[in-house]
Parts: sequence; structure tokens; C-alpha cells
Amino acid sequence: MEIHAYEKLWLGAALLLIVGFIGTVAFGAVGAGVDMIDDDGGTVDPGALDQHPKFGDPGVYQSGPNEYDVYVVAQQFQFQPGTAEAIEVPVDSTVTFHVTSADVIHGFEVVGTNANTMAIPGQVSTFTVETDEVRDHGIVCNEYCGSAHHAMEGTVKVVPDDEFNATDGGA
Amino acid sequence: MATFVDRYPEEASVVKACLTVAFVSLGIGAFFGLVQALHRTGVVRLFSSVDYYTVLTAHGVLLALVFTIFFLLGLFTWAITRSLERPLPNIRLTWAWVGLAQAGTVATAAAILAGFVPDIGVSADVLFTFYAPMKAHPLFYAGLAMFIVGTWLAGADWFLAYREWRKDNPDERIPLQTFMVLTTMLMWYLATIGVAVEVVVFLLPWSFGIVETVNPLLTRTLFWFFGHPVVYFWLMPAYLMWYTILPKLAGGRLFSDPLARVVFVLFLLLSTPVGIHHQYLDPGIAEGFKFIAMTNTMFLLLPSLLTAFTVVASMEHGARQRGGEGRLRWLGALPWRDPAFTGMALAGLMFAAGGFSGMINAGMNINYLIHNTLWVPGHFHLTVGTAVALTMMAGSYWLVPQLTGRKLYSRPIGLAQVVLWFVGMVFMSNAMHRAGLAGVPRRTAEPQYNSFDFTTTMGSIEELQLQIAVGGTLLFVSVVLFSFNMLASAIEDPVETPVDDRLPAPLSGADGSPRVLDNLRLWTAIAVVLVVLAYTLPLASIVQDAGLFGNVPGVPMLIGNFVESLAGVIA
Repeated sequence: MEIHAYEKLWLGAALLLIVGFIGTVAFGAVGAGVDMIDDDGGTVDPGALDQHPKFGDPGVYQSGPNEYDVYVVAQQFQFQPGTAEAIEVPVDSTVTFHVTSADVIHGFEVVGTNANTMAIPGQVSTFTVETDEVRDHGIVCNEYCGSAHHAMEGTVKVVPDDEFNATDGGA
Repeated sequence: MATFVDRYPEEASVVKACLTVAFVSLGIGAFFGLVQALHRTGVVRLFSSVDYYTVLTAHGVLLALVFTIFFLLGLFTWAITRSLERPLPNIRLTWAWVGLAQAGTVATAAAILAGFVPDIGVSADVLFTFYAPMKAHPLFYAGLAMFIVGTWLAGADWFLAYREWRKDNPDERIPLQTFMVLTTMLMWYLATIGVAVEVVVFLLPWSFGIVETVNPLLTRTLFWFFGHPVVYFWLMPAYLMWYTILPKLAGGRLFSDPLARVVFVLFLLLSTPVGIHHQYLDPGIAEGFKFIAMTNTMFLLLPSLLTAFTVVASMEHGARQRGGEGRLRWLGALPWRDPAFTGMALAGLMFAAGGFSGMINAGMNINYLIHNTLWVPGHFHLTVGTAVALTMMAGSYWLVPQLTGRKLYSRPIGLAQVVLWFVGMVFMSNAMHRAGLAGVPRRTAEPQYNSFDFTTTMGSIEELQLQIAVGGTLLFVSVVLFSFNMLASAIEDPVETPVDDRLPAPLSGADGSPRVLDNLRLWTAIAVVLVVLAYTLPLASIVQDAGLFGNVPGVPMLIGNFVESLAGVIA
């Protein structure tokens, strides 16, 4: 089969690009420690979330010095916590979110950041972020979930240490 | 000199029947697109935001499934017939699949559009991804199943035609266009297993109430088993036209027949074991499985990069045949006044841009920044919305005259139409990508919120919204011009030679290439093995998590449900 010299060159460059892309992602995961949504959140019974030790009373739980767990239930058309009351976490801490859904598939996106996950009934998404700046972030549901989907929003407040009150937000 | 309709009148009627459905869907779908562009940007809100999702479902289903796939059914029927140089073996079978696919389309469209009239009690506001536990009316799923069975029978029809041809031509290489049709259909059979199981085993019984619950992650994974390869099902008709028609329109010949075959084989092998890349952000799927899907996805760049080379090389060859010279000056020698050529060339250019944003989507870690933001529809309006849709419209200017025996009504209107599409899409898609980077979500009626504002790194949200509204309007005007041109062409007087329909032989033919390229059984077997490797473990672990039929009841997408839920939120 006759392949033109330029085409061979192009083919080689294309393969190099592809291997390069895979390499950067592999390096990001193994070397730079970029955390991605996995299956380690486990499962829950979506019909009995109120009996769950954490999702039954969702909110912010301290798990260590400067370490917090945030349990969030997404449901038509609110985040709990997040919508009616903001999720409040202290600055310069490590925060692990645990997100699940009580009804249909939702999204949980901290606007303008890569803190972004799907919320699937029966499954728990976990991801960890570092809070490095005092500011408010918006949260949106980014998966269509029904006729008032566009009204499903919330807030994450990253507050100074001395303003943080661990009893807010459900813990 | 006679054209297609004179040689194969029955087949020409079949192709026309398919294209008619495609173009009607295009018109309705594009109107809904305009309504959405104006609604989301807040320019004009014709109705409540609740109905937005009915419009969005109809837009997605009519354009992404009905327009593209009916065009494919027509184009492939034309390509099989002309490249095998014989009529289809059993025209009654042919009309049967046309009728089945059309009936399925009508059923699904009716279930969606009934959502505008709450009193009917039928609704399917589930978008074209129909993720359970959102539940549509059974008519929606039943229509979808009929439509897919229709495409299966179409494939069977084309394989029968090929078998007849093979009996008479035992030693010949498979004609290139037939090769493209057959490999695409093999990919389709493999891919549609996912959606067939999802709809027939899980969603249809569940929507009838025979089964109480679903496993939402399982049905979602089965959807994407089908949902990614379906994009190649849309794209392969465009590739068929870029490889076999565009070089001729440019005034030359295809650069390489064997490499075209390699590209189609790669799509057969790699299109399906990649669907999990739509689920990078899903819980319940281990990172390793996502990494496998990403690796396969990245290798899928290869056939598209090869295509970019061949298409440009064929165009340059054509330009030089027409007297073009110089390193880049040959571009000026191309037939830019021909809407079929210009439309396809502009579509190819936009596909390159769509390829770049697709590389971002495919990157498992940077995907987090843009997942489910407006970036994603920005991306696929370049790929399916331009590379595919614009190539189909442009190709129609050359194809339809062969089916009707009538000349195109107006080439200048055709030219204005394809350029308008390109310009409109530059505005709309660029703004959608940038809005996505600011975190603006996709699939929402009102992307403005009470508790925060979106911030852009440059420009403003208002400027982006203006671009989306202007772009969407230009695109709609473009479809109006296309529809008008097609209708006006249908009442022209018949002529002897409405268009030059000869397709010259490639520069390097199939003869020099290894015969193994034509071994469809081998490639199918490898494709099946790759799918088994990519999907067995993830599916097993999803079933182990929550069982085959899961534990989540359905949530019907009805207005009544909305009122109750809203009352719940307020209380």
C-alpha cells in the first residue's frame, strides 16, 4: 500500500499528539495528584436517606484539624444544604464533599471551578477541595432535572477561621 | 446523459422519502433552536420556562436523531445503489424500513410535542438523553424502538444488496462507498445494542408500570454505550461525502482509497468502547475504567486527523488541476461559487475547531471545568451542528438534482445559505464555549441566578448572550433559505443533465492495498472484543451496586409533578 511521505509524517505527528495527551492525564493523576470522581463514595438507599447517619442530617462535619466533610442531598429543585442555607466552610482547610440525589439525576457544580460532579440516586460522589480564599461561590445544578431545573442553585461560603461556626450547616 | 433518477427510479423515490423527513425535521428543529437561543438569552421569551424543556427535547430529538439519521438513510441508499451499480434486491423490504422508521419518528415526536398541551396527559420532557428515573410516556420509548429497528432493517437491506453483488463479482474489491456504508452499519449494530437493551428491557416495561424501579447508573451507562458511537453515525455520512464527493467538486480526485478504508475501519473498532468518557464525573465507576475509555477516545483522534490530511490534500489536488499554483495561492483556484463545495469546505474547517474543543472534553481531568456547561453544546454545534449538518445541506445541492432530475433553483441563494450558517455558528458557538468557561450550565431555560453572578475573564455575559442570540437568528435564516431553495427546486422543469454526477477514480486505488482491509468479519470481531474489554467490568460493578432493576422509582416529567414539587420547595 502506497502512503505518501507527507502523510506518514502527519500520521507520526498525530500519534505523538495522542500519546502526549494520554501522558499528561496519566501524569496529572499519578504525579500531580489530580483527584477525579471514582467509585469510592459507595452506595446509599435513595429511599431511606433520612435514616442515613450523615445524609439523614446533611451538612458540614469536622473530621480532623482543618479537615471537613460536607454531606449534600440534591433533590428537585434544591441542594440541602446549599439552597435554603449556604454551605459554610473555613478558609485554608481541606473539604471533602459527599453528594447524592434523592430523586432524579442532578449536577453539583461550584461555578467557575473544577469542583463539579453528577449526583445520581443510589450513588455517592466524593471529591476533595482546598479552600484558599475567603469568598462566596455559586452552586448550580448542571443536569436537567425537571421543569424548575433553572431555579436549582445554592451558595458555598468560604469564611475566615474566626467566623466559622461548626454548628451552622447541620453539624 | 441520464442521472440517478433515470437509472434507479424506485431507489430515487426511497431516497427522496428519507430526505423529505430529514428536511421537515430540520425546519421544525431549527425553529425550536431559534426559540431557545432567544429564550435563554432573555431577548424574547415567548412562553414559560417550563415549556422550554419541551422545546429543547424536540430540538435535540428532531435535529440530532431524526434529521441526521434520515439523511443518512437516504444518502446510504443512494451510495449503495450507485456504487454497486444495481437496484436494491427487494424494494418492498426497503419501503418497509422507511415506513417503520417514519412511524417511530411520528410516535416519538407526538409524545414530545403533546407536552405543550397538559390536558392530553402525554409528555416526554426528558431531553434526547432521557436519563432515568425521569420518566416519559411509553409512546416516546416505543417510537424510539421502532425507529431503531427501522435503521437495523435498512442495514440488512444494504447487506443483502452487497451479497447479491458479491455473487456476481467474487474477486473484486468492495466499492469504496459500499465499504463505507457497511462498516458504518456494523458499528451501528454494535452500538445500538446498548440503547436497545436500555429501552426494551428496562425503560419500556418501567414506563408501562410492569417494573417498579430502575438502576439509574445502569440505564445511563447503557445510554452512553450508544450515545457516543451515535455521533459517528451522524459523522460518517459527512465523511462519505468528504471522501467521495468533495474531491470531485474541488475539481480533482480522492487522494487515497486505501487510507479512506483504514479510517472507516478505525471508526468501526473504536467508536463504541469510549462511551464512559461522557461519565467522567459519575460516581460508581472506577477511575481505571474511565482511563480506558479516555485512551480509546484519544486514539479516535487518529482517523479524524488522517481525514483532515486527505481532505486538504484532495482539495489541493483539485485546485492544481484547475490551474492553482503557489504554496497557498491554490486556495483561490477552488470553486468557491459552488455552494456544495463551499459548504463542505467550511464545514470541514469548523470540524477542525470542534476537534480542538473535543480534545478538551476528552481530557479526563480538564473536563471537570467544562462538564455540563454551555461549552459542551458549543462543541457539538461545531461537530454535529456544522461538520455534519452543513455538509448534509451542502451535499443536498449536488445530490437532490440527481433524485429529482431537476436543476437547483438558485446557486447564489445556496451560497448565501452556507456562508450564513458558517458566520452564525462562529458567533453562537464561540460565545457558548466562552460562557461554558465561566461556568454557565447547559440545558437550562434561565441561566441567571439569585445568589451569584457569572464572571468572565474577558468581555461580559451580556456580550456573550448577544452573540448567541444573533448567531442563533442567522442560523435560523440560513435554514429558511435552504428550505426555500429545496422547495423551489422541486418545481423546476425536468432536464436531461441536472448536475454532473460522475465521481472520478481515486489517485491511489484500492488495488495496491492489502485485502485484509475488506475483511469485515475480522474487524467486527475485534470491535466486539474491544467493547467486551471496555464494558464488562464497569457494567458488572454497576449491577452489583444496585441490582439490574435497581431501587429507584420513576419521576414522571409532567406539569402536575412540577406544581407539586414547587409547592414542596416553597413549603
